[in-house]
Amino acid sequence: MNDAIIELTNVTKSFGGVVANRNVSLSVPRGRITGLIGPNGSGKTTLFNSIVGYHPIDSGSIRFEGQEISQLRVQEIARLGLLRTFQATRIYGKMSCLQNMQISIPHRKAHFFDMFAYERQDVLERAEHLLSFVGLYEKRFLRAGSLSFGQQKLLEFAMALMNEPAVLLLDEPTAGINPTLINGLIDRLKRANAEFGITMLIIEHNMRVIMNMASKIYCLAHGEMLAAGSPEEIQGNQNVVDAYLGAH
Amino acid sequence: MTRTSMHPVTIGALLLVGVAAPLLFPAYTNQIAVLWLMIVFATTWDILGGQMGYNSLGNIFFFGAGMYTCAVVQIGLYYDVGMYTSGARTTHIVFTTAQYFTGFTIGVVAAGIMAAILAIMTSWVVFGLRGPYFAIGTLGVAVAGAELVASWQWVGAASGISMPVFPGAPQTQKLFFYFLLFALAFVVLIFLRWLYSTNFGAAINAIRDDEEKAEAMGLHTRRYKRTAWTIAAFFLGIAGAIFGNMTGFIDARDIAFPTTTFNIFMILMVLLGGKGTFWGPVVGAIIFHVIKEVTWTYFLGWQFVALGLLIVIIVVYFQQGIVGWLMEKYPERFGVRVAAKEREVRSHAIEFAPQAKGAE
Repeated sequence: MNDAIIELTNVTKSFGGVVANRNVSLSVPRGRITGLIGPNGSGKTTLFNSIVGYHPIDSGSIRFEGQEISQLRVQEIARLGLLRTFQATRIYGKMSCLQNMQISIPHRKAHFFDMFAYERQDVLERAEHLLSFVGLYEKRFLRAGSLSFGQQKLLEFAMALMNEPAVLLLDEPTAGINPTLINGLIDRLKRANAEFGITMLIIEHNMRVIMNMASKIYCLAHGEMLAAGSPEEIQGNQNVVDAYLGAH
Repeated sequence: MTRTSMHPVTIGALLLVGVAAPLLFPAYTNQIAVLWLMIVFATTWDILGGQMGYNSLGNIFFFGAGMYTCAVVQIGLYYDVGMYTSGARTTHIVFTTAQYFTGFTIGVVAAGIMAAILAIMTSWVVFGLRGPYFAIGTLGVAVAGAELVASWQWVGAASGISMPVFPGAPQTQKLFFYFLLFALAFVVLIFLRWLYSTNFGAAINAIRDDEEKAEAMGLHTRRYKRTAWTIAAFFLGIAGAIFGNMTGFIDARDIAFPTTTFNIFMILMVLLGGKGTFWGPVVGAIIFHVIKEVTWTYFLGWQFVALGLLIVIIVVYFQQGIVGWLMEKYPERFGVRVAAKEREVRSHAIEFAPQAKGAE
């Protein structure tokens, strides 16, 4: 339990008079899948943005592998191995899927002259392998922008894996995806967690999905941490049920 | 798809055209020399504007900086620059052949290096800006450069500099500068073909498609942007050095930093040919240059009206440009390696098309 790879302590973030996160603390255990749920507007994505350095936090601390990262910039955090995907999928639309993958190699060790390196055979093979892992191998030469939304999500996930992250922050990975594809995606997320040892923190609205995957779940409401615990505990928590139903 | 070097046939054809053109059309040597300069303008503008998605309005700054650097080096090696440019000077100064070529060679190299250094320095400022702000910020750099030089007595201020005179017959001079500009365009094309085949090409394309995503993936975006800007500056500096000597007289506002002519031409040529494509800027430069020369010759007085009309037509009706349009129409002609596969998959993609549109 003490082996937390990400540790947030009393993180507060406000935009003008609106407090999006108030004294939020959470820890993400290494090698596990952790869920983050909460009604719309409860501050989940704000918390994600704070972790990956999109905006400075007002107070509190964010530690990754014991290192304080709340002062670092987006690229620096990404290079540490803490990667996020976006709620509205973001890929390089005018490039082919394969090029999208090839440019997603980890940039931690990139030196100045690596800018002018040629595409490497091992990178190509890894890209093709990961594309077949998410089921996009057949479409590898297609322009990424011409893929369907669901396929773009899969591509974005494959790009994230290409980057060899230690932790992956996924913002609603199943939103907008055809229900029949969701099972396949859950399966791949689980496999990525088990086979590549990638720790995951997932924002998700689909309760069936998150209860199925996560070993621990945090619930935010109105910017504050409402509850934390195993999926069973969260499902039985009256506050969580109220927060969701009250929103309707 | 990402060829590492130009096809030998293409290289051969380029060389053939470059060498044959002044022999076949000796009367147009200067015009064709300027065409090669236009190709350098367009292709180097496309590094940022097309491939990286950063529309610069300030590239001309490096052209002018290179031109003045070269002039100062050429003169400064043998004379006092302030004395040479002084309006009060009555003595006639002649450079010997050895002086001219030594100064010119060192000057051209210095121009490229100086432009690159200026690019690195300005990059700290301009890459804090994005989108339209970047365009205006870079325009500011160019305008400021022009005004500074135009009021700097040491380099002749607004009265400009009469360059050292070429020690040779006018015909030799013409061919000398023609082949220099051709060689520069040739080197730029081969260099860019290589550059775009490396990681660099993919990275600046990624920045064009979604810079925030590239940052989130840990790409060293600033490093790529600064290097792209520096590469463009280096070649423009050299181009400026050559062109300054070709015209024989340079001044800040009209020849070195012409923000409303050359500076706009480079963008127009790229838009006309197709931004972000390899051959687009070249095609655009050729067509634009021909249109420009024809209107300047036959519709003198109306040439800027014709130019304005051309701008409107391109921007309103033909945004993807000639090569961009061809690529959309015949995609399989442009990615030889993927042709068979892509067409087969393409039919699949159609099913997804409405969905993809809705998602956007």
